Amino acid sequence: MASAATYTPIQTQTVSGSTTNTIIFSSIPQTYTDLVLIASTLSTVASYSHIQVGNGSVDTGSNYSATILYGNGSTAGSIRRTNQPNFDVIYSTGDSATATAIVHFMNYSNSTTYKTMLARGNYTSSDVEVDVNTWRSTSPINIITLTQGSGYLIAGSTFTLYGILAA
Amino acid sequence: MANPTYNLIASQVVGSGGASSITFSSIPATYTDLKVVASCRDTRAVVSNTLTIAFNTGGTYSSKLLEGSGSAASSSNDTTGAVADINSASATANTFSNTEIYIPNYTSSNAKSFSADSVSETNGTTVYSSLIAGLWSGTGAITTIKLTPAVSASFVQYSTFYLYGINNS
Repeated sequence: MASAATYTPIQTQTVSGSTTNTIIFSSIPQTYTDLVLIASTLSTVASYSHIQVGNGSVDTGSNYSATILYGNGSTAGSIRRTNQPNFDVIYSTGDSATATAIVHFMNYSNSTTYKTMLARGNYTSSDVEVDVNTWRSTSPINIITLTQGSGYLIAGSTFTLYGILAA
Repeated sequence: MANPTYNLIASQVVGSGGASSITFSSIPATYTDLKVVASCRDTRAVVSNTLTIAFNTGGTYSSKLLEGSGSAASSSNDTTGAVADINSASATANTFSNTEIYIPNYTSSNAKSFSADSVSETNGTTVYSSLIAGLWSGTGAITTIKLTPAVSASFVQYSTFYLYGINNS
């Protein structure tokens, strides 16, 4: 039996102004089992936020891969991405439809295994998707950055990182 | 250090008389996000029914659905507030569907986006799992959530519905 509830907010970033295109979570504590990122976004143009993770600094190498299952309202499909410099799971559709993404970072603080991220993307102007992503590194994750592929995030967009403790 | 904030706001367990719908009302505006967890089955005399959600009153719904039936994957659009396929009276006895609905920033002045994941495993030939991206056009804070079978039916005894509040500070 766990001793207490373990869904703990680590940090929230709320976009203000009109020139934000990068969100950074740094110095992430290593005291949890998993991380969950909740993103609720609007953007000036349709664009993915490219996610990169790392230890001390983000890994910009081609060490990310993904399998994506999606439905766009008429077609269901799946695609593979290998040897990518980031992973794309948060998509803002550039209109008034707020996008929601939920990203689970599993066992993010261990130093022995590659890291897996499970993500659910909810973009009612575009598609619904579920992604599994791998970062090929055994380094613990203590930094996460999200960078808009183009355009800017709109004020009021929020990103909250939670820590989940297994016991 | 922030405090843990995954808190149960309300729960409803259906009794022996069944329930035609489930409503969470007077939802406090003190959280950042909401999450609904449902385990349910209804009395419709077929294998499955659609579970729909309604926030407050009025507004419109638009959703993208991704669904697997065990033999095919498909995608469609929806405007009814569909959030799940749930087990009905002709499904394998004692099997209940399971659904999670996540609603971020439910007090914001923007239209509300929500995410729904559902499974209805029954060991039958055709069962459904679905992922849904939904948007409700309402710009007021969500104070009421109503869950209803799309085709008139009642939730059966032992169906459970839990509403959680999640705070980001």
